[in-house]
Amino acid sequence: MKTAAQEFKLQAGRLTADLRHRGLIQTALGKYEVVRDQTKSGFQDWQAARQAAAQTKWEAINHLDAYLVQFVEKLESRGTKVHWASTGVQAREIILGIIREKKAKCIVKSKAMTSEEIHLNAALDQAGFEVVESDLGEFIVQLRKETPYHIVFPAMHLTRGEISEVFARELGSAPTDSPEELTLIARRVLRQKYITADVGFTGANFGIAETGMISITENEGNARLSAALPKTMVTLMGIEKILPRFEDLALFLPMLATMGTGQALTCYNSFYGGPRQPGETDGPDEYHVVLLDNRRTELLADAEQRDSLHCIRCGACLNVCPIFKNVGGHTYGTTYSGPIGSVLTPHLRGLQEWKHLSFASSLCGACTETCPVKINLHHHLLHNRRNAARQQPGFAEKLAFRLFAFVINRPWAYGLAKRAGRLLQRFHPWVKGGPLDPARAWTKTRELAPIARQTFKEYWRGRQLGK
Amino acid sequence: MSERENILARIREALTVRAPMPGHAQDSVTHPPAGSGGGSSGVRQWLPLVGYTFQERLELFRTNAAALKADFHLVASRDELSERLLELREAEGWKKVGTHAGELTDFACGQLALPTCRTDGGYDVAELESCSVAITECDALVAQTGSVLVTSRSAGGRALSVLPPHHVVLAQSRQLLGDLPEAFAFLKKTYAPGYPSFISFITGPSRTGDIERILVLGAHGPRKLTILCL
Repeated sequence: MKTAAQEFKLQAGRLTADLRHRGLIQTALGKYEVVRDQTKSGFQDWQAARQAAAQTKWEAINHLDAYLVQFVEKLESRGTKVHWASTGVQAREIILGIIREKKAKCIVKSKAMTSEEIHLNAALDQAGFEVVESDLGEFIVQLRKETPYHIVFPAMHLTRGEISEVFARELGSAPTDSPEELTLIARRVLRQKYITADVGFTGANFGIAETGMISITENEGNARLSAALPKTMVTLMGIEKILPRFEDLALFLPMLATMGTGQALTCYNSFYGGPRQPGETDGPDEYHVVLLDNRRTELLADAEQRDSLHCIRCGACLNVCPIFKNVGGHTYGTTYSGPIGSVLTPHLRGLQEWKHLSFASSLCGACTETCPVKINLHHHLLHNRRNAARQQPGFAEKLAFRLFAFVINRPWAYGLAKRAGRLLQRFHPWVKGGPLDPARAWTKTRELAPIARQTFKEYWRGRQLGK
Repeated sequence: MSERENILARIREALTVRAPMPGHAQDSVTHPPAGSGGGSSGVRQWLPLVGYTFQERLELFRTNAAALKADFHLVASRDELSERLLELREAEGWKKVGTHAGELTDFACGQLALPTCRTDGGYDVAELESCSVAITECDALVAQTGSVLVTSRSAGGRALSVLPPHHVVLAQSRQLLGDLPEAFAFLKKTYAPGYPSFISFITGPSRTGDIERILVLGAHGPRKLTILCL
């Protein structure tokens, strides 16, 4: 069994050299960058908007108890059943309980990263229920038995050929290379599911404390159908998704769309305030909201990194990350990939096992700069490195730095090391990149710059003598 | 102790330590939002410009709708409205209309003389699914984003405006709002505290870019969105 770190290294090495994969990602993200910048430039003051969004989320997260209580009170007052889950296991049990009580057979699901986080589909499958992902990208990766590649674009790594192939195999459709045709095939299959499903399941982009509403952002209409037709509706929401006021959405909806897909506003931004109310014509008879902690309160207790709970899951930091662009989304082996995933995962799944992700960064800061809610992303990667070393110092690393400190503090030792280095360098080509090479981590894929023939000190001495 | 109490207790414990305000960390540049102490009262000054006069906003809505591939027509009279609808009926061969009770929708359905499926007071999903078009009213139009604001009360429930392949919105020009903050203020004024259980900003016809980031209209919702504004 390989560790998560070994698996990451292996996959990263493989994908970085995969030109086809790089081409796909570059095309997809190239298109995104153009529209994102266009939409961003429409704002009168983007930076001030970012600051305001960051402060609003700060207010929500730093008064989370009060806002959650208000949010739940409002939801319950209109007939919504609210459930609290400390762990992923609890959340799965609650959801399974609802489904069993309703004697449901088919669950139609719209995109929800929290459900990936608690491995809901696998649990439902195992319990013998039919779960259908209805977001087109999620539907495709579900058919391929994969996890989403990207938190906003789940099927970004696939060509239309591959999609047509999986549709032909799993749905028996005729092969085609037209994206319109492929979309139509999925539309037809899923239409029937909406009509027959007993339970509609959704995630949540925001929870509005003031009015007790769940806000869902989408483009396709699948979440709207999941919330309109089945008799029971279930929403799984991380507790950090709270926004204080209804009108906060006037800022957050356009910012989420701008950074998520480059649109000024996505096609449907819908707010759900409960089950069907008296006098309304349709909607579910029962509405359940499951609030998920799953170690978010532990992250909350870390004041230094608390702002990573401000995340609105727009995916902007993934899209600008040079590491993500090279290694791709699946390499991370996590629910949340890219910079935000590298920051969150050690908190959600254990620091020692996932600390390698803190090093999957060039520390260029592009993520921090693009984040619409100003999360200090690349600093948190450094914080995780520090915390990991403090908690469990590595022997080799400690030794290396002791040795370095010893040498650098003693001119005679430094001089000796320089001379030894220049001498040993001649033999380096024999072992370069091999298992005996002390600089292997670097030289495996790169050239090591030669040590200068003459040090500055030697040069200076020579110059003075020459005078 | 219930999980609710457990979670709230953990949150309260965690929040005993204060976190720094964003934008005040070591090396990030602060851009103080001018003229507001946080919150969203000042949002308008950072969002895209919408213009001040009705004419400017109308033009903005028109431009945005076109960019979203929605059809927007300002009609001068009910006669012209009915003319437009009859044209669409012929061009697309409408067989059945999904709709709800309303002043404009009732007028439109009277003119169309087609079988209708009304969602008021319950409907058969399969029947609504078989409609060629949904004709609804709306709460407002938003110039800033080219959006149509609907609720379960103004547009015949949750499914009507998303299930049939073509959604026709009948609006009135006095319903045109400038920007998003105005739209939220409008919702508050109209409905608070008894909000409808479903509110949605519809911004163009249903779409997806999930296959090679190529835009395809009509993913799960309507392929076509027509806005007729009286």
